[in-house]
Amino acid sequence: MELLIIFLSASIVNNFVLSYFLGICPFIGVSNKISSAFSMGLATTFVMVLSATVSWLLFNMILVPYNLEFLQIPSFILVIASLVQFVEMVIKKVSQPIYRALGIFLPLITTNCAILGLALLISMREYSFLESIFFALGAGIGFIFALMIMAGIREELELTDVPKPFRGAPITLITAGLLALAFMGFAGMI
Amino acid sequence: MKKEKTLLQEFVKGIDEINPVMKQALGLCPTLAVTVSAINGIAMALATTFVLMFSSLMISIIRKLIPSQVRIASYIVIIATFVTIADLVMKAKFPAMSKALGPFVPLIVVNCLILGRAEAFASKNNPLKALFDALGNGAGFLIVLFIMGSIRELFGSRTILGFHILPHSFEPMLIMILPAGAFITLGLLMGFKNAYTERVKRKEREDIVKNYRAVSKLESTNQGL
Repeated sequence: MELLIIFLSASIVNNFVLSYFLGICPFIGVSNKISSAFSMGLATTFVMVLSATVSWLLFNMILVPYNLEFLQIPSFILVIASLVQFVEMVIKKVSQPIYRALGIFLPLITTNCAILGLALLISMREYSFLESIFFALGAGIGFIFALMIMAGIREELELTDVPKPFRGAPITLITAGLLALAFMGFAGMI
Repeated sequence: MKKEKTLLQEFVKGIDEINPVMKQALGLCPTLAVTVSAINGIAMALATTFVLMFSSLMISIIRKLIPSQVRIASYIVIIATFVTIADLVMKAKFPAMSKALGPFVPLIVVNCLILGRAEAFASKNNPLKALFDALGNGAGFLIVLFIMGSIRELFGSRTILGFHILPHSFEPMLIMILPAGAFITLGLLMGFKNAYTERVKRKEREDIVKNYRAVSKLESTNQGL
């Protein structure tokens, strides 16, 4: 039950993009088409779960026992960067179609603050191993949700007559604001 | 004399011409997240400027020693070092502020603004120029965060920097301090900035055309004489 609440809270109620403001760059940048939004979301979720696992192990097995918590930031970012590189190589070797679909998004993920933010939030909230995995999964699914809804709206937005100064990033941000307002409706759920 | 002027230009361009938030849409996450009040915005911008300044300086000094294949990784390590310093100093000296900013101080590492300046400017220019470029971009970031924080604080809790501005009869707009308000405020701010820039540019164009017409008229009358 506890795990389900963590999962739902991360995916819907406290959506990473719309209420924690993590991962805004890809949210604004890649949410043009539904198909690429989905690929990006999938790649991000995959890396999120993987990096949450590895960084939890790193933090609780190495940094805490040796009193090295101050190395948290550099070690997490290095782990994430090398993990992304590794995942890219594995995917390239294993499956060409998946690589073509996700490949271009992988380098972008390193500087996605949602990944590092997730790892930091896990160590801040002192989640257990299982809890962190569910948290990462929920955050990833929530990211896919937000990205795909936004992409759907933006595909329609292309056809509308937006005042010229507001085209591009400004109208996207305002739309995201309205979306965040809608997601607040879930706040009473948990 | 000439050199000083270029340094000044490096500084000024970060505030308006290539403003990190308004023009390049870099560093949006902290801009949206921490600007619940003006003071939070200022603290965040100062921490970011600190990191930006020292990492730009460092990267510019050792730019010729870094092989280009591993440059991104080395930049990230340098940035992470200064972020750790900023984070620990803030935790020790301003625990309340550190708590209010939450994970966003450590997240300066992945702020694309810093990596962007490192890649686009500091890795190609001498340390002095890089320092001024970093200061200018930091100042631009500070201004945007302060404006965002002030607007949201003013309408969300009737104050700016803790001073009461609006009367008590004004009902605070809760939406402004919620996430939705952040998105909408920044969207409107960017839109108005674009509209203003557009107007200034159009005016300049019209002035040029007007001058040109006046000159050609003068020339034709001269020829007539």
